[in-house]
Amino acid sequence: MGAWQSYRLRLKRRRFLFRAIRKRRELRPVTNRTKRIKPGDILLFSTQRNEAIRLPYFLKYYRDMGVNHFLIVDNDSTDGSVDYLADQKDVSLWTTPRSYKRSRFGVDWLNWLQMRYAHGHWTLVVDPDEFFVYPFCDTRPIRALTDWLDASSIKSFSAMLLDMYPKGRIDAQPYRAGQDPLEIASWFDSGNYSIQKNGLFGNLWIQGGPRSRVFFKDMPERAPALNKIPLVKWNRRYAYVSSTHMLLPRGLNQVYDEWGGEKASGALLHTKFLDTFTVKAMEELKRKQHYAASMEYRTYASQLQKDPDLWCKWSEKYINWRQLEILGLMSKGNWA
Amino acid sequence: MSVGIVMLVHTALGRAEQVARHWHAAGCPVVIHIDASVPGKTHDAFVSALADLPDITFCRRHRCEWGTWGIVAATQDASQQMLSEFPEVTHVYLASGSCLPLRPVQELIDYLKARPRTDFIESATTADVPWTVGGLDHERFTLRFPFSWRKHRYLFDKYVELQRKIGFKRRIPDGLVPHMGSQWWCLTRRTLSAILQDPKRPAYDRYFKRVWIPDECYFQTLARLYALNIESRSLTLSKFDFQGKPHIFYDDHLQLLRRSDCFVARKIWAHADRLYRAFLTDSEGAMNRTEPNPGKIDRIFAKAVERRTRGRPGLYMQSRFPNEGWENGKTAGQYSVFQGFAELFENFAPWLARATGTRVHGHLFAPERAEFADRQSVVNGALSDNAVLRDYNPRAFLGSLIWNTRGERQCFSLGPRDNQAINWDIAKDPNAQISVISGAWAVPLFQSNRDFADIRKEAALLQKIESDFLDVLHSPYVKARIRIWTMAEFIESPMEPLQTIIDEITQKTTRRLSEAPHMADLSGFGQFLQNLKNQGMHPHLMGDFPVTQGAMPRNGQSPKPYLVR
Repeated sequence: MGAWQSYRLRLKRRRFLFRAIRKRRELRPVTNRTKRIKPGDILLFSTQRNEAIRLPYFLKYYRDMGVNHFLIVDNDSTDGSVDYLADQKDVSLWTTPRSYKRSRFGVDWLNWLQMRYAHGHWTLVVDPDEFFVYPFCDTRPIRALTDWLDASSIKSFSAMLLDMYPKGRIDAQPYRAGQDPLEIASWFDSGNYSIQKNGLFGNLWIQGGPRSRVFFKDMPERAPALNKIPLVKWNRRYAYVSSTHMLLPRGLNQVYDEWGGEKASGALLHTKFLDTFTVKAMEELKRKQHYAASMEYRTYASQLQKDPDLWCKWSEKYINWRQLEILGLMSKGNWA
Repeated sequence: MSVGIVMLVHTALGRAEQVARHWHAAGCPVVIHIDASVPGKTHDAFVSALADLPDITFCRRHRCEWGTWGIVAATQDASQQMLSEFPEVTHVYLASGSCLPLRPVQELIDYLKARPRTDFIESATTADVPWTVGGLDHERFTLRFPFSWRKHRYLFDKYVELQRKIGFKRRIPDGLVPHMGSQWWCLTRRTLSAILQDPKRPAYDRYFKRVWIPDECYFQTLARLYALNIESRSLTLSKFDFQGKPHIFYDDHLQLLRRSDCFVARKIWAHADRLYRAFLTDSEGAMNRTEPNPGKIDRIFAKAVERRTRGRPGLYMQSRFPNEGWENGKTAGQYSVFQGFAELFENFAPWLARATGTRVHGHLFAPERAEFADRQSVVNGALSDNAVLRDYNPRAFLGSLIWNTRGERQCFSLGPRDNQAINWDIAKDPNAQISVISGAWAVPLFQSNRDFADIRKEAALLQKIESDFLDVLHSPYVKARIRIWTMAEFIESPMEPLQTIIDEITQKTTRRLSEAPHMADLSGFGQFLQNLKNQGMHPHLMGDFPVTQGAMPRNGQSPKPYLVR
């Protein structure tokens, strides 16, 4: 990487940060409890829209994991989720009616909040349908992980997106508020992923899983990216580039080993495919607020009408993180 | 007789206090060194929290940065204070704030009482230790290190390089033989006071101040001068990762630590409540164990280092994506590739599966779909037979297949009609066994009922592709086990090569093949090749076939299989 390219990436990062600062005007605070954030607290950032049914379990899951404060941007919800979140003592909430797409799918909003409130904190950026698992997550709180990362001078932690799905029609079992979505969407694809290296940003580009297998089998190059770096020791000069797939400065994307070893990594269990999905897909299709002209949702909608079963004979049923590590989807690295 | 504890603390002072009280309760005097970088308020609170205990004192503070002299200076001062303030102390145990006694302190006292003249200090000459960080072993005693390894790595490296180039060397003081070892030791009063009161100490100190990471060699080297009986091991269980950082113990290590029978472990995560509760309160230790036995813990941490540095062969994932040549196994297991066999033999796949007990696929890289065994549309790991998905990343496809079926050997056919994108990958893979019958692609053309002009065009194309593949297989970079026959060569005596291949797959040589696969009927094949030649297309890969009948060693419409005696 030459000096010229470094310089261009630097400019790019500056532009993202400037954009984030500009977009702060779109956010209106509903409850700002950020004064309660103590030094060393672990923060979670999220955007949400009409996810009221998922929020109770989502908050519980991450509270139990040891997240200290939630900073959430609501995008024009109408289902009471704003009131629900405003009542939570460890949630700071902002709301905006503005375009999700034009804030680069929420990245600008969160970049701003992270710049403002997350400097020097470990931050986890996840959607309400994403559940973070890491090595030893059943016996060690997330602070054990961040302390270890600090001790090892590691600033960013990779967690690949793992699409979970139910067996049978995705709308067969209704999801209740507060329920563990993995009780329904408990299956995943274990070994059909494609990895390429992104030369400019230095990250890996991972595609595959059930979405490639079923929805994008004729145009695999357009299948959604599954590489994610959701856990970062934040600095106000950092910026997410596109969702949490990659960051700048690009050294943060070096979450993989190139000399044969394995670095520690986790997974984000993506429980998008519940009965709520069909309704959501229709709505998002109308709003046209998603990536690549909502291409993903259009494909889903047409496929799901035909045969809405993602399950196949070789689907793997989720047990725990050790299973994912044995399957080679995540790794303990040298954490023991 | 008693054991004095020298404790170096810098963070998690609450835990340090708990542990200090624990030592004290067992009758051990404690001298605590608090890192100079701990803020005044925290320091004062810590000191006053321990004010109620008479035999806990605090020594002069130094700044203890990793790999610097401060740690040695702190240890010296604290030890000095221990020896002069507590004359009944016979052994001094060096511990940190994140050390945790695993066995009742009385057992440690008894253990040392039984070995009154023994110094427990890991101490090895530089030539004999593999665990030096940064590749510096003997040079850490002969070069200068003014730049911090952690903060100014570039300058550190450059300065080392420069000194090597100009041949700079510091002189090691006379009589010293550099030794290194774990920072955590337990020395007798005799040895320790000899080190601290040595008239040459100022000279030694001056020398060691400029040595890299002096805390791992100062006492380790000097103890060799005075000790009567050195046990070169540390009583503190302390494991290091591949960068030389200590592994940390958590609540889920409780059983492991219990079974280790070590006296003290470091380092313990400050929030590991269960560990602190278990080892500082319960007295479940009266089991009369003798020697520490950290075998199982050793294995777990050795495995962690191995995973971090070597990884699992054949695995490509979010946190392991090796550069070319660094895969440590391009694929996860051995597999066999057959070119031309499925064309020459009518029932090759089922025959091979029967003969070897492996999983035999068809043409995995066929243009229509991946022909998985048993015509499955999805196989292990939910790998799809879709050709578009497969061709999007053929290398990942093959890598995934081999990874997903670890423990079961995979065999598949390849041919010039198939996607050729993985040719170099398999040729350079030591796990691959590639067997080629060159020119056998002509058999399906020969049997087909197509226009001859089409056949001629296709034959030319396939010959070109196969010829390119053979060039790959002949390159000097090849690592696979490769066998190539021309078709003419092969059909002369097919059983021999088949036997060799199968013996290699099954790793047995005793069993002879009792059944041969059906060979396609080749009567007229020679003429077919001649026709191609007559059309100006020269098929050369299959070797020499006479034009007349009899190229086939047998005649008739329903050829019988070979029977081998």
